[in-house]
Amino acid sequence: MIALSVYLAIFIGSFVLIRIGLRRWRARHDFTSLKTVTFGDESAVRPDRAASIISVVTIFLIWGAFTGSKWAPVHVPGPFLGDTQFTFTVEAPDGTRDDATVFARVQPVGESAATPDVPPNAGFAQDDAVTVAAMRSSLVIWDENDAINRTDGARVVAVEGQAVAPGATVNTQAGDVTLTARGTLNFAPAKGMQMEPIWLPAPETVLARAGEIAATGYQNFTLWEHLGWSLYRVIAGFALGALVGIPLGYAMGLSDWFRGWFDPIVEFMRPVPPLALIPLVIIWAGIGEAGKIILLFLAALWIMTIAARSGVSGVAIAKVHAAYSLGASKWQILRHVIVPNSLPEIFTGARVAMGVCWGTVVAAELVAAEKGAGMMIMVASRFQLTDVVIMGIILIGIIGYAIDILMRIAEKWLVPWKGRI
Amino acid sequence: MSTLSIENISMRFDLPNGSHVQALQDVGLTLNTGELLSILGPSGCGKTTLLNILAGFLAPTQGQITLNGARVNGPGAERGMVFQQGALFEWMSVRDNVSFGPRMAGQREAQWKGTVDHLLDVVGLRDFKDKSVYELSGGMQQRVALARCLANEPDVILMDEPLGALDALTREKMQGLVLKLWKETGKTIILITHSVEEALLLGERLLVMAPRPGRIHREYHLPFAEMGVQQDLRSVKKHPEFAARREEILSMIWDMEEEIMGRSAEATA
Ligand SMILES: Nc1ncnc2c1ncn2[C@@H]1O[C@H](COP(=O)(O)OP(=O)(O)OP(=O)(O)O)[C@@H](O)[C@H]1O
Ligand SMILES: [Mg+2]
Repeated sequence: MIALSVYLAIFIGSFVLIRIGLRRWRARHDFTSLKTVTFGDESAVRPDRAASIISVVTIFLIWGAFTGSKWAPVHVPGPFLGDTQFTFTVEAPDGTRDDATVFARVQPVGESAATPDVPPNAGFAQDDAVTVAAMRSSLVIWDENDAINRTDGARVVAVEGQAVAPGATVNTQAGDVTLTARGTLNFAPAKGMQMEPIWLPAPETVLARAGEIAATGYQNFTLWEHLGWSLYRVIAGFALGALVGIPLGYAMGLSDWFRGWFDPIVEFMRPVPPLALIPLVIIWAGIGEAGKIILLFLAALWIMTIAARSGVSGVAIAKVHAAYSLGASKWQILRHVIVPNSLPEIFTGARVAMGVCWGTVVAAELVAAEKGAGMMIMVASRFQLTDVVIMGIILIGIIGYAIDILMRIAEKWLVPWKGRI
Repeated sequence: MSTLSIENISMRFDLPNGSHVQALQDVGLTLNTGELLSILGPSGCGKTTLLNILAGFLAPTQGQITLNGARVNGPGAERGMVFQQGALFEWMSVRDNVSFGPRMAGQREAQWKGTVDHLLDVVGLRDFKDKSVYELSGGMQQRVALARCLANEPDVILMDEPLGALDALTREKMQGLVLKLWKETGKTIILITHSVEEALLLGERLLVMAPRPGRIHREYHLPFAEMGVQQDLRSVKKHPEFAARREEILSMIWDMEEEIMGRSAEATA
């Protein structure tokens, strides 16, 4: 909730600042800047670079602020660290009461600290000392060092002067103190608003973990092997799918018989999500490479078939007529007119197929694999290694994004006429 | 002398709903080499259908076409076609478009280079030969289409509203270019147009067609194309006979359109 409001505030604040504050010296001087109507004109809406940068920085800032990162200049209040104390009141069986103090030392998770020294005091209830890890809690067996203990009938009746019954919790300045059913005290120091690393580690932890895994590997394979295997599966599956799908699409676009024969199959398989095929593929081909590649092949196949088919059907008949009138043979028309004419469609299909394959491979590795990006985060999640999980997700996202950018560059280079006529 | 003869062509389209359209009825005509024929007529009178039959994209339901005595059945390189627009290959450069015909015929670059470069000069696109066609304006694209057709050295050139998508000024320049190419190459040219002026300027012979069923309504033999080769097109248009012909043909087509409207009004009444 707080994170969301902060996010919204930054969104609106930076919009107002950049738009109004910087408008003057960021004036554009190109053709689009002269358009007075840009609402609904898609070509006139271009991503504001500043907005993109602020957006990414904001995500990291909020992430850092809520995880106590060194990278974030401000943090939401973190868990309490250091020494604190609270008092409790013990009632002996004879009705006499005595106050005692618990001295608590809260240290970061995973570090050990000396238990604070407690001077003896006058009453029958002695002060106690306890060490707690931040965000955790600790039982205080307050009667261990007391003259009259629980077996004698002593019990805690108040914490910080507030009466308590077993099961009740008192919010003290030091943290939450709960009187357990067995009569001991459970102390949970103030947690603050930050996330525990086990839920969400700080960005630098994730980065450090990435560096560590890149150097030493994870689960018998280096980071590059994990990512490389995922990529290899995607490329192999996609290449096979394109190799079969494109000729099949051409055949379907050019021959009635092929169209009739494969139409029901393609139209049936198209809406089946590749993820739904994972169980069947595992049954048939096991969890090895073959199964993965078959799955990705199937994921790419229909997309590429349909793209090639519509690429062929989309050729303007005037172009085919013109080629015929210029004396071209059927094969020449196929090679010089129909194939190049279908390339833009095929590229669009290839971009979609690569995206689907990348998503599918990660999902398939989540289900079963010995190596791969998906397997890495799956295993890490079993061990609660949230930093590895987040690192994996970020790497998967970056690679997916990079694949799309590469495809777009290839498209610009190979089919520069796309969308131009 | 080679001839293109259209022997009593009829074309009937059967529609899926059981009815049919008589797009052409008994169209007959003979053209000699080097003749320039323009075809004019109200929309839907079968001009495009006739041209598609000549090109070989459609087979007539009756009659036949012969070129130099050989029967036409299918498209062929001896009958080149220039389309209104969108028939260039945008994945090829201007030069590759123009040399497409010779290349498909298996000629080597040395064989076609001279012709292609000359044609690019003639249509004024020498400096654009390595550009992609999508970088050219509409008028330039039509010039590429003309050059591409000519590079293939067809006997007959068929044009379906080749200048229809151009602005008035570009159109006028292109008309001059068509006349010039006609005279220089001596090709037989058939040109469909919607503009009476263009039909008068670019037709030694002018065919006015009538709709429903599509047929030849009247044929003219005109001097303006020859005149246009010698002099500026604007002065040809100022010729008194030009104006008279234009009025005559305009009112003829106007009457046909009126009749169509009247008939369809009756049909709906
Ligand atoms: N493939 C087809 N199927 C059915 N009817 C057709 C087909 N092609 C043309 N027609 C019909 O034949 C008639 C003549 O059409 P055509 O395209 O030849 O006319 P046009 O003279 O070229 O018209 P415009 O000047 O508008 O281009 C029209 O009535 C049209 O509806
Ligand atoms: Mg037409």
